[in-house]
Amino acid sequence: MDRRKFIGGLLLAPVAAMAAGGDIVIRNAKILTVTKGSLDGSILIRNGKIAEVGPNVTAPAGARVIDAGGQFVMPGIIDCHSHIATEAVNEGSVSVSSMTGIEDTVNPEDIGIYRALAGGVTTANILHGSANAIGGKNVVIKMRWGKDAPEILLDGAMPGIKFALGENPKRRGGSDSGIATRLRYPATRMGVEDVIREAFTDARAYKATLDDYKARAAKGERVIPPRRDLKLEPLVEVLEGKRFVHAHCYRADEILMLLRVADEFGFKIRTLQHVLEGYKVAKEIKEHGAGASTFSDWWSYKVEAYDAIPYNAALMHKKGVLVSLNSDDAEMMRHLNQEAAKSVRYGGLTDDEALALITINPAKQLAIDSRVGSIEVGKDADLVIYDKHPLSNYAKVQKVFIDGEMYFERDKDMSDRAVREARRKQLMEKQKAAATAARPAGGRRPQ
Amino acid sequence: MCGWTGRRVGKNCPPCYHKSQMKRRHLLLAAAGAFAYGQSGSPGLYAIQNATIHTAAGPAIANGTIVVRNGLIEAVGANVAVPAGAWAIDGKGMHVYPGLIDSLSRWGLPAPVDGPPRIVVAAPTGGGGRRGGGDEGPSNVQFQDDGGPEERPSNTSWVKAADLVQPNDASLAAARNAGFTTAVVFPATGIFAGQGSVLNLSGGKAGDMVVSSPVGQFLSMAAVRNGLASFPGSLMGSFAYIRQIYLDAEQYKTAKAMYAQNARGLQRPAYDRALEGVLESPRALLPAGRKVEIDRMIRFGKELKTPVILYGGTEAWRAADSLKAAGVPLLMNLRWPERDRDGDPDVMDSLRTLETREMAPAGPAVLAKAGVKFAFYSGGLERPADVRRAVKKAVDAGLAKEDALRALTISAAQIYGVDDRLGSLEPGKIGNLFVTDGDWLAEKTQVKMVFVDGKKFEPTAGGQTNGPA
Repeated sequence: MDRRKFIGGLLLAPVAAMAAGGDIVIRNAKILTVTKGSLDGSILIRNGKIAEVGPNVTAPAGARVIDAGGQFVMPGIIDCHSHIATEAVNEGSVSVSSMTGIEDTVNPEDIGIYRALAGGVTTANILHGSANAIGGKNVVIKMRWGKDAPEILLDGAMPGIKFALGENPKRRGGSDSGIATRLRYPATRMGVEDVIREAFTDARAYKATLDDYKARAAKGERVIPPRRDLKLEPLVEVLEGKRFVHAHCYRADEILMLLRVADEFGFKIRTLQHVLEGYKVAKEIKEHGAGASTFSDWWSYKVEAYDAIPYNAALMHKKGVLVSLNSDDAEMMRHLNQEAAKSVRYGGLTDDEALALITINPAKQLAIDSRVGSIEVGKDADLVIYDKHPLSNYAKVQKVFIDGEMYFERDKDMSDRAVREARRKQLMEKQKAAATAARPAGGRRPQ
Repeated sequence: MCGWTGRRVGKNCPPCYHKSQMKRRHLLLAAAGAFAYGQSGSPGLYAIQNATIHTAAGPAIANGTIVVRNGLIEAVGANVAVPAGAWAIDGKGMHVYPGLIDSLSRWGLPAPVDGPPRIVVAAPTGGGGRRGGGDEGPSNVQFQDDGGPEERPSNTSWVKAADLVQPNDASLAAARNAGFTTAVVFPATGIFAGQGSVLNLSGGKAGDMVVSSPVGQFLSMAAVRNGLASFPGSLMGSFAYIRQIYLDAEQYKTAKAMYAQNARGLQRPAYDRALEGVLESPRALLPAGRKVEIDRMIRFGKELKTPVILYGGTEAWRAADSLKAAGVPLLMNLRWPERDRDGDPDVMDSLRTLETREMAPAGPAVLAKAGVKFAFYSGGLERPADVRRAVKKAVDAGLAKEDALRALTISAAQIYGVDDRLGSLEPGKIGNLFVTDGDWLAEKTQVKMVFVDGKKFEPTAGGQTNGPA
């Protein structure tokens, strides 16, 4: 039925003209590969992958040709810290919420996905909130607007988990109920450290129980299998190097604390998130091998976020730390290119270094750099066409491709607006009329 | 005149009924001011003749006869003889339908029994006071009515509607007046709310009402929020909690089986009523309104390794393919989303909200076309006229009338695995039916008689039913 397709057609579907399959050539483009310099030329997309990049690419017969008209093409932006596309962010009732995971609450119809596309973002790390010393499991998604939840997950991305240090996890819990809540341990930074230590001590013991069971069962002993513990399982995976840790942090002292605890238990912190005082301990971060994912110039929203400087990203980068810039915010997510541009002004990064902060660097942090993060042959065709250089404040996203499929087209968006508005007005009037008719004469609704 | 029916035609009044029950009835009326008949005494034998019979098992039968004996349907058809001794009812101009089933109901349940878990606040335990694991909730909050060996917040999985139902609850009679003969009643508070029972709205003893129990575990994703937040406090947490409980139940089952087989040398598995409740539930009911939720719950159901029924279905019109592919049945809420009549007239609703309101009543038609199994539930609509109007809305949006009837009869029975006894007018099934003076969906049609377990009730103007007559 026609109406049934309406939402599908206007609200959710990708710009369907280019379903995956046929070859596409984007020609006459200024190509910013990020990893291999920049060039004027063309990109051939085949089977959703970048098949050829060069000044002279011959369009195969039947290929759809898009003339970029001299505009800029860059790899899709990757946001290493976001909370869009999920219907829950924090399980704030407990200090270790590792049993929870964003995958259970992914919402592929969150309008934030479409808006992220409009800002050139094609991939994001969707993290649990920072209410707990050890939070829930994250997912990495692609902005495949119109697809269902499993289809927007970036398959093959390493699983991860959120940690949080400092003010948030030591707050009293459950604040989202809006009613005065009870005290929750921990209440200090010391306590945060203790919670993490105890959780991993428990995880080790749990692992030992499982191993013991397996050994005894293998010998043919009659043993009741132990209970699976969904809280400790992800922590065992961290200990085994099978799950990344993304740790929310601000202050230098707590960063060092976490790195020491991780070293002691023999696991790695994959990324430090926010890490506003990272510039003070860049050497130690580098030595541990952690990445840093920070803001360009967002700070002072609480005490632990005061000692921040706009040079943070550049300074850590120059010390050899793998650095990305993230949004942690549905609005900032739409102009991460401008956030990257600030590191040219503050810290003197080159254009490529600045763009790397929002493309190849976060891709490396998430271990998805073999798939995304730069314009290279063999990688996913996740591409953004800007009308101006993306580090310009005036640049606007024109088209966005993911896996060679066009998911956003500015012109189409603009022309669809009138259609959507007309439909909205029509339904509005109809439903207003129905509500008025249903109201009995005399005004009072029968109880 | 006989107290049974003013309409009685034909054969002799069965004497055993007549005298003894008349006396009892008057006694009861005098004593309690209420009608109440047990199933004691002689069973009824009724025949409705010359009626249009909608069996929900095939095409309608014009000028048909249906015979109900001993609480069961004995015969249905165009050429059925009226047995000797039957109370013959002239059904000229009447329509006979299978008794309606509310596929997800709270009718007859007392409010306080399955109310929210009571929480008591103990004195704060001082610095660092917390429980070992940390995920059970805060140190100074306890769930008073949670007595399992492990803390199981928001969990009354062992509670059964059949054990809670109050046969004299006014909602039962009101529903019966509208043609409902059966309700699948669930406790509905908490995450593991408890187990549902298929109940006939026959009044009398609670035990006599039970057709099948338990038929499923009612799950909600309600975070525990009673002013004092506790785990789980989010949708994510609810998923994790339910998943853990099902894993625990599986392990519990294994442990119990091993222990039962040979207890020697094994640690005794601790009794856990929350897990017992999960294990004795043949299926799980999961909430799913929007398409995103429907898809999500289909996946979750597979993970839980238990058959699931989804309830809600606001966006079913978008989810027919998913439901069809998964073979998962859906209970559809008849309370369609509507613009708030008393709301701000200038509020600008989003296109998505508007589309949902516009399309929700078309969901049943889309599901029927796709061959998805679905049933309706009253969803808090209390007045029978509202239920009928809501069904009519689905019919106006394209649902065939027969399919609408099925969604309140045989499909509901199939979903709960009781279609061998309920849901259609076929010989051998329970004598649940209702008789109207016209198409049951027409605005002015009146329900004239309702049979539950072969007992006849007649709606009265005051809303009470007389009967059994």
